[in-house]
Amino acid sequence: MSSYVEGVAILLGLNIIAVLGVSILTGFTRLFSFGNAGFMAIGAYGSAILTTKYGIPFIPAIIISAAFSGLIAYLIGALTLKLRGDYFLIATLGFGESVRVLFAYIEPITGGARGFTAIPKYTNFYITAISVVIAFIFAWNLVHSKTGRDLIAVREQEAAAEAVGINTFASKQLAFVISAVYAGWAGALYSHNLTFITPEMFNLAKSAELTITTVIGGLGSLTGSVLGTLLVTLLPELFRSLASYRMLIYGIAVVAVIVLKPDGLYGYREFSINRIISYLKKVFVKAPKKGADIVERNT
Amino acid sequence: MNEILKIEKLSKYFGGVKAVHNFNLSLQEGKIHGLIGPNGAGKTTIFNLITGIYKPMDGNIIFCNQDITGKKPYSIARLGIGRTFQNIKLFANLTALQNVIIAGNQDITYNLLESFLRTVKFRKEEKSLREKAMMLLETVGLADMADKMASNLPYGHQRKLEIARALALNPRLLLLDEPAAGMNTEESKELVTFIYDIKERFNLTILIIEHHMDVISNLCDECTVLNFGETICRGCPSTVKRDRLVIEAYLGEEYVC
Ligand SMILES: Nc1ncnc2c1ncn2[C@@H]1O[C@H](COP(=O)(O)OP(=O)(O)OP(=O)(O)O)[C@@H](O)[C@H]1O
Ligand SMILES: [Mg+2]
Repeated sequence: MSSYVEGVAILLGLNIIAVLGVSILTGFTRLFSFGNAGFMAIGAYGSAILTTKYGIPFIPAIIISAAFSGLIAYLIGALTLKLRGDYFLIATLGFGESVRVLFAYIEPITGGARGFTAIPKYTNFYITAISVVIAFIFAWNLVHSKTGRDLIAVREQEAAAEAVGINTFASKQLAFVISAVYAGWAGALYSHNLTFITPEMFNLAKSAELTITTVIGGLGSLTGSVLGTLLVTLLPELFRSLASYRMLIYGIAVVAVIVLKPDGLYGYREFSINRIISYLKKVFVKAPKKGADIVERNT
Repeated sequence: MNEILKIEKLSKYFGGVKAVHNFNLSLQEGKIHGLIGPNGAGKTTIFNLITGIYKPMDGNIIFCNQDITGKKPYSIARLGIGRTFQNIKLFANLTALQNVIIAGNQDITYNLLESFLRTVKFRKEEKSLREKAMMLLETVGLADMADKMASNLPYGHQRKLEIARALALNPRLLLLDEPAAGMNTEESKELVTFIYDIKERFNLTILIIEHHMDVISNLCDECTVLNFGETICRGCPSTVKRDRLVIEAYLGEEYVC
């Protein structure tokens, strides 16, 4: 594998992990966070400090820094999740920006705004690939279990969820913690991939990118989130010359999705080979007349 | 016989509105009790107080000898109080079956790790929850609509689905808020039989709010009449119907002869 392809694959992988976290939070629980780049920063700086200053091996450093991200989310969630949805969003935004400023400020430890340098390059294709697989399977099994149903119930109808015994606060907190752990995990892979990080890399635009990717991919769909990440990560690679219009293109893409396909590319359903096969069969084998499909759906 | 629910001196005001004032109730296990009264009398507010959506300003609610006053809605539900809503609150974008399965979540004992590993216990519990949900849909006559989206069901079916969902919680006490709303006489007759059947089958005690007097008469052992948050009459439905205050509350003073 050429180092360019490997580099893109790693970037793709860690974006998938961070977006899957947002997908659980936003797609399944309907909480919007504009602070997940802050959790990425905690993972990135945390693991960099652990490996360079304390000589802790990479894998434990990932686990510790991701867990620490989760702990911070737990504390912030305890304070802010009782607020109404839109206030929670503002609180996460404030959190993300605070983390960025804090890391720029504590220069002796983080290198300040000039950045944290000489981080060993531990992230490789295999660690990233294994991480993506574990992150996806965990998310998938979570969503398709009691816990996932609790989250979906919170998204659909909070009062009814409480009325059937679901602790909606605890469910939201869990979703928030998981999204932070995923972000921290992605951040740890990120810093040991780039070997150099600055607080600016984890700004509001990065948080927005994670949420935008989730929306484009489709809320309530993990495969949709992966698909969305593929698009959002690979298209800028293909059209390098458009890189400076990145945010503009995101903006247009989000507006287009909201207007044309409000559920996103793959909202509220998962990519399924079986469904595609049966669709193809319908189209090519039976070739039904126009309208037959509609009748079928109504009966 | 066992007293399953005891409410003492329950009050809730909204600003100057005395939604519920000094409400008392003693409900024996296995009984069906009706709550009636004109619009705005405070009936739904009593349900919201029992289920913890509102905190009472005064008074106690004792369920199965346990003080549940001021507890969180989810923990009251877990103790065994199921309810339906006057303005239907289904998980609208999920199927009928998913609606019921979610409500059966409290049966599940596997933890996060076990669901990650998909253990035998996980698969067993998921399977039996699914079967239970199908059984409940059958009970309310929606088995053939299990895969329909809840919001696409006709109104009457949505009300039935809400009942199935409440039953998935294995409640001992079921609160029904106007289950016959929008039904004609024929349908509400059917509903009476249905409610009586589920009460017998699932050993329920039922508190029901209803405007259809025939439903109350045919179903309830006793009923309470509310007006402007005050209890104005209590007794078996046939006596209550003849009460002077009740007729006044419903029809206005000039109709009393
Ligand atoms: N959340 C609230 N905030 C303010 N006032 C409320 C609230 N809930 C109920 N009320 C008021 O309390 C009174 C009782 O309302 P409630 O909904 O309990 O009546 P009800 O007996 O269920 O009437 P209906 O037959 O119309 O359903 C009404 O005057 C209502 O406006
Ligand atoms: Mg009401």
